[in-house]
Amino acid sequence: MYNFAYLDENSKKMIRQSILKAVAIPGFQVPFAGREMPLPYGWGTGGIQLTSSIIGPDDVLKVIDQGSDDTTNAVSIRKFFKKTADIKVTTCTKEATIIQTRHRIPEQKLNENQIVVYQVPIPEPMQFIEPSKEKTEKYHALEEYGSMYVKIYEDIALNSEITTAFDYPVFVNKRYLMSPSPIPRYDNPKMHMAEFLQLFGAGREKRIYAVPPYTQVKSLDFNDYPFFVESFDKKCEICGSSLGFLDEIITDDSGTRMYVCSDSDFCRKNLEINNGTNN
Amino acid sequence: MYVAVKGGEKAIENAHRLLEESISDPEIKPVEEDQIKLQFPYAIDRIMAEGSLYDKDIASKAFKKAQGDIVEAVFLVRAFRNTIKKLGYTRPLDTEKIDIKRRISAVYKDIPGGQILGKTFDYTHRLIDFEDSEISDKKTDYFEQNDEIQKTFPRVTEFLKNESLLFTDPYKNNNPKDITNQSLEFPVSRDMRLQAAARGDEGFLLSLAYSYQRGFGADSHPFAAEIRTGDVDIKIIPDELGFEITIGKIEVTEVVMVDSFKGTNEKPPQFASGYGLSFGKNERKAMSMAIIDRAMRFDEFCEENKYPSQNHEFVISHCDNVEASGFVSHLKLPHYVDFQSELLSLKRLRQKHENKFFHQDTNEVKSNV
Repeated sequence: MYNFAYLDENSKKMIRQSILKAVAIPGFQVPFAGREMPLPYGWGTGGIQLTSSIIGPDDVLKVIDQGSDDTTNAVSIRKFFKKTADIKVTTCTKEATIIQTRHRIPEQKLNENQIVVYQVPIPEPMQFIEPSKEKTEKYHALEEYGSMYVKIYEDIALNSEITTAFDYPVFVNKRYLMSPSPIPRYDNPKMHMAEFLQLFGAGREKRIYAVPPYTQVKSLDFNDYPFFVESFDKKCEICGSSLGFLDEIITDDSGTRMYVCSDSDFCRKNLEINNGTNN
Repeated sequence: MYVAVKGGEKAIENAHRLLEESISDPEIKPVEEDQIKLQFPYAIDRIMAEGSLYDKDIASKAFKKAQGDIVEAVFLVRAFRNTIKKLGYTRPLDTEKIDIKRRISAVYKDIPGGQILGKTFDYTHRLIDFEDSEISDKKTDYFEQNDEIQKTFPRVTEFLKNESLLFTDPYKNNNPKDITNQSLEFPVSRDMRLQAAARGDEGFLLSLAYSYQRGFGADSHPFAAEIRTGDVDIKIIPDELGFEITIGKIEVTEVVMVDSFKGTNEKPPQFASGYGLSFGKNERKAMSMAIIDRAMRFDEFCEENKYPSQNHEFVISHCDNVEASGFVSHLKLPHYVDFQSELLSLKRLRQKHENKFFHQDTNEVKSNV
């Protein structure tokens, strides 16, 4: 009934052309004729369209949401591709050739043979300073990012630090200011000089952008107020690792909390290694 | 142990099962698609208009599957629409040649071709019927027996045009763009604005039109120059033939609203107009669209752009209910990671706040003593 990976070949071709342009101009938002998908806008349609256009029968797909393969939307998207493309899916980060993600970059180091597809709700990093696309497009063209520096300056003046906790804007290849999608700032450093291709899809806003492998990605900051990442003084209560981003979970009515890895595959792998050494 | 995440897959399956089971009852017959098509024509027309697909069967299937949720049904139709191969473009509709079902003008008492009331909720008393109405096989004719049925109805605005009293867009656009085949880039031309409004959410356009009328817009009064509903021919020119052929008919509602434009140094005083067109019978939608089209033409009439209804980006970027409902509803998805980041950030800020103000408080206490 439906074409391989749902989209018809003409739509895929149109999207691939946009991807090529995006890779050629790192960090630049390429407009594309986004299609309505059978999943709602805001639920990853940009990422789904990218995955649908690049996936082939030999690919192995991993889908994560909040770092986890088991969250409801990740399950739903994985099933969508299993059904429409009948490809191999995995939860193992290492095995995957394409990793579609919402809100996280896996903790394990990725390689040149892997592509990360990010789901992007709002591609424009200046949207909340200037909601008009007509204007922000001009700012990008003129490399006019003064308003963003004013914003973080005000933040430092009021709070003595840059408070943006996620979707922390980055400069790509020393030229375009780019939204890394709502990943925690904790993940920003993983984008810098990464070995893997990073594709970003905003379905509702109909924009595609990319960071090619080995590209400079620098988080917005000042020399005297350098970018920093959150630190956890805790360990994952399942695998014992202190090397990943931790989710806080309330476990009873009195508000007892436990901390666990947000990346479920990372956590599982750690556990396997620990068990291995115990044996 | 990690209960919040595991088990999600099973829960989803159960939720979907509940959705189906909740409307099935062995004592009650399920509604048939023919019944929906016949008895809920306004729902079907709205789903076709906002779903951007003129197909009553698909619309009624979507209405049924969505359990009466119109926006959900529109979404189903849109998703389906993308799986159909697009063969080409039709010729522009000629809405003057129309199998007329209703035609009214609020600006002239009588118009060539006549005022035709047709079917309408207007003038009904909105009283709930507590008894079922009888099924009737009688059919009221749209026209009196001895009426000569016209096939062509000139637009009321033509009479204004002939007297040079209507502003006509000097720019004739023979190559309209297609918003389903390219992304919108601002500033956006009128052809694309009208396309977006034609599939835009009725409620959103209605409220914006209302705001424009209520003072958050131009200070001139819009008039319904003409509202017409009827069936019009769909024509294409197939490559292999090279000439126009008719492939079917669709029902549309077309509205032209006019208001007075007091003129500028370059342009004499005249009427300005706005255009609305919707699949099926939908005057509320077509009128709202016409008012908003007029509002967004502020630049042609040297008006200041200061209200939401005039702002192209505001109207066009937010009128699509598939986009809007998707993005609002995505807030139901897990946001554990972003929330955790905010939590860490707030805790850090709180610590700083405490250090700063605890110190100040003790000073204040001292000075009071």
